[in-house]
Amino acid sequence: MNSNNLPPITEEKIDIERRRLLASGGAIAIASGIMLYGGGAGAREKGQPATSAQRWGMLIDTTADKSIWDTVVTACKREQGWGGGNNPATDPQWVRKVSIKNKSTGAEATLPVMCQHCANPPCVDVCPTGASMQRADGIVLVDKHICIGCRYCMMACPYSARSFVHEPVHNQKPHMPRGMGTVESCTMCVHRVDNNQQPACVEALEAKGSKAIIFGDLNDPDSEISRAVSAHVTRRIREDLGVEPGVHYKGI
Amino acid sequence: MRLPNNILGIAFIALTLLLGAGGAYAAEGTNGIGPNPAKAEKGEQCVEPVDDMRRYHMNYLKHQRDETLREGIRGKKYSLNECIDCHAAKSPDVAGGNIRTIKPFCAECHQFAAVKIDCFECHTGIASPIKKGNKPPMPSKHGKTDQEKDALVFGMLENYLKSKSDVGGVAE
Amino acid sequence: MASIDKNTYKEVSGNGGDYLSLIAWLGVFAVAGIGSAFYMETQGHVVTGMTNQIVWGMPHVFAVFLIIAASGALNVASMSSVFGKKIYKPLGRLSAIMALSLLAGGLLVLVLDLGRPDRLDVAMLKQNFKSIFAWNIYLYSGFFGVVIVYLWMMMERRFNKYSKIAGTFAFVWRLALTTGTGSIFGFLMARPGYDAAIMAPMFIAMSFAFGLAIKIIFVTSAYRATARPLGDKLLFQMRNLLGIFIAAALYFNIAQHLTNLYAPEHMGVEMFILLDGGIYTILFWVGQILLGTIVPMTLLFHPAINRSCQSINAASMLVIIGGIIQVYIIIVGGQAYPMDMFPGFEVTSTFFDGSIHSYTPSLPEIVLGLGGVATALLIMMLAVKYLPILPASLSDAAIGPANITTDEDA
Repeated sequence: MNSNNLPPITEEKIDIERRRLLASGGAIAIASGIMLYGGGAGAREKGQPATSAQRWGMLIDTTADKSIWDTVVTACKREQGWGGGNNPATDPQWVRKVSIKNKSTGAEATLPVMCQHCANPPCVDVCPTGASMQRADGIVLVDKHICIGCRYCMMACPYSARSFVHEPVHNQKPHMPRGMGTVESCTMCVHRVDNNQQPACVEALEAKGSKAIIFGDLNDPDSEISRAVSAHVTRRIREDLGVEPGVHYKGI
Repeated sequence: MRLPNNILGIAFIALTLLLGAGGAYAAEGTNGIGPNPAKAEKGEQCVEPVDDMRRYHMNYLKHQRDETLREGIRGKKYSLNECIDCHAAKSPDVAGGNIRTIKPFCAECHQFAAVKIDCFECHTGIASPIKKGNKPPMPSKHGKTDQEKDALVFGMLENYLKSKSDVGGVAE
Repeated sequence: MASIDKNTYKEVSGNGGDYLSLIAWLGVFAVAGIGSAFYMETQGHVVTGMTNQIVWGMPHVFAVFLIIAASGALNVASMSSVFGKKIYKPLGRLSAIMALSLLAGGLLVLVLDLGRPDRLDVAMLKQNFKSIFAWNIYLYSGFFGVVIVYLWMMMERRFNKYSKIAGTFAFVWRLALTTGTGSIFGFLMARPGYDAAIMAPMFIAMSFAFGLAIKIIFVTSAYRATARPLGDKLLFQMRNLLGIFIAAALYFNIAQHLTNLYAPEHMGVEMFILLDGGIYTILFWVGQILLGTIVPMTLLFHPAINRSCQSINAASMLVIIGGIIQVYIIIVGGQAYPMDMFPGFEVTSTFFDGSIHSYTPSLPEIVLGLGGVATALLIMMLAVKYLPILPASLSDAAIGPANITTDEDA
């Protein structure tokens, strides 16, 4: 996309995030990913808080070609500004490609694992300050304003979904503050969801013609994800723990 | 007699800080005591009157940060990103003067008041560049309501999408 | 009713070269520990051996050891105030001081390891009451208050009569504190090495042993250095008690491992610790079981050697070393074994899922941990110099016949 195609931004000062989206070659993103205002039951008015009327979730199709998951990881890095370090043991990973092989049958699968946005998140229960938190719509976040970096949430998470920022961070995205000494994880692209867009990984897959991840409102019986999880048996990782993840997997 | 001089000096500084930092510093403009931070590079009028912002900006930002992050309320009046967008400036001390950052603006007062801020441990202080030759004339004040701003953005998006579909659908 | 304390307590002179150089060395370690923390905070935790898989490391080993030892150190005071064992009464004040200083040292390490230690005020002001960590903030800070009051009741002759009630309260509080510390691990349902209610009572048994071992070494060293009399009666009494505490800690450990061994789902982590976990298996059998349990039990109970002060001191030292190793196995070993995210599957990823996580402690975090130990000892050393903490004599004659209860005395 070149910037000549963009509508002129001359008249008014507009929300910087959206302006940046328009100005930064995000046109693909807009074209394919956005669910415009008022379209879809998930939309809520600006200035209104998230409510439990929604329960955001994902359905991940593990039967998809495993190379597609690199798209997910790359899109997440680009959107949220992590990655690029060279200390594998300490560099944050918000989403990772996990390969599993059944010990008795040898059957294999590859799937992305990130924060599972549990309904009963252990990370939220153990956090001493309330920095590890769950929004009313089920998205689990770290409030880095009050995170003291104790890492108890990382001890508690059954999915190793969280990373501790071990080194100074520079050039953060304006929508995604990140800082040394705090814990971070997948936000389900809350800044996009609040803007009635899909998470960056879902959008990147769609741009490649893949529906390997469906994002949507599990509370809305008519949403694509609700219809999909009611039509086929899906599984959630470590369902036995009773944490009720919001991320469903098909094919494992 | 060095010692009494020192004591007098310290007392004077302390008094100046007490009177100056508390009162004069927060007043509009300057009376010669305390910093007088530069006007925003963009815009004519802040979201609140200047002396109000000088006194209470931290409360506004802190209140709204909790609303935004914890409750998911977006698009309200006090946005750190908008502070950065207007008040960021090029400074020879930062990246050779090639990027606009808000840090020099914050530092003007915060160094004087010796108040350490935590914001930019995580938030970027760097603003997106203002386009050359197309510097947007800023509104005289932040007069648009959130709804009006949204309508504007989404109107532009819709026009854009329409223009794209006219030339053969969504292109990559 | 508890009786008036008739012992004579005297500050140590603390002017000798040995005392001063010890203070200086402890000061150096304490400052080095704080310097390490500053280094870790400015450079980031990348300078430690801790990773996104081993998220708690050496600082937590030291901190948890010191915190559970703190509650155990109070035990000797409780033996006298709560259970009426008069023989321990002269050590009541020292027990309280040791409990306070060990807890201070442990908390110092815990707090300085935080990613954002500058936000300690946040931890004090914003609390999530569902978190055992938040409860512990109250248990730990409350412990200071409770023990200081208890110490005051013991030290102020007029208030001696309240020392039983204060001591009982402190005893209950310390049980709660150690339960809280054990539950930090017991409540972690996702990790196969933890997630067990037995963590809480096991930590209590461990605390009895660690606290008493530190007390024995401190008392024997202090009485040798100050040339104050220390009789066999008290020493042997503490020796017997230490043996029982080691056995109790071992009992809980056996119960935990047997229970896990019975459940196929826990077989992996059990095999890891007991059989094929490399360094962790060696640490378990050689460090915790042989050096930390069997050898000290032999030293304490074998009639041929258990009457020498050296044996008892050596046993105490081994209990401390074995204890640190045991906490290391619990904290680091428990994380090194991977979480079973997909039971029945082999798991691999760029995030080290499914593989044994490696951990190499770095110098800064070890120095931070030692800084906490030094701080605790420094507080003890200064306390015995400036407060009447140590009895002038612990000779057999001074402490009276063993096993006489204060109830008879009252």
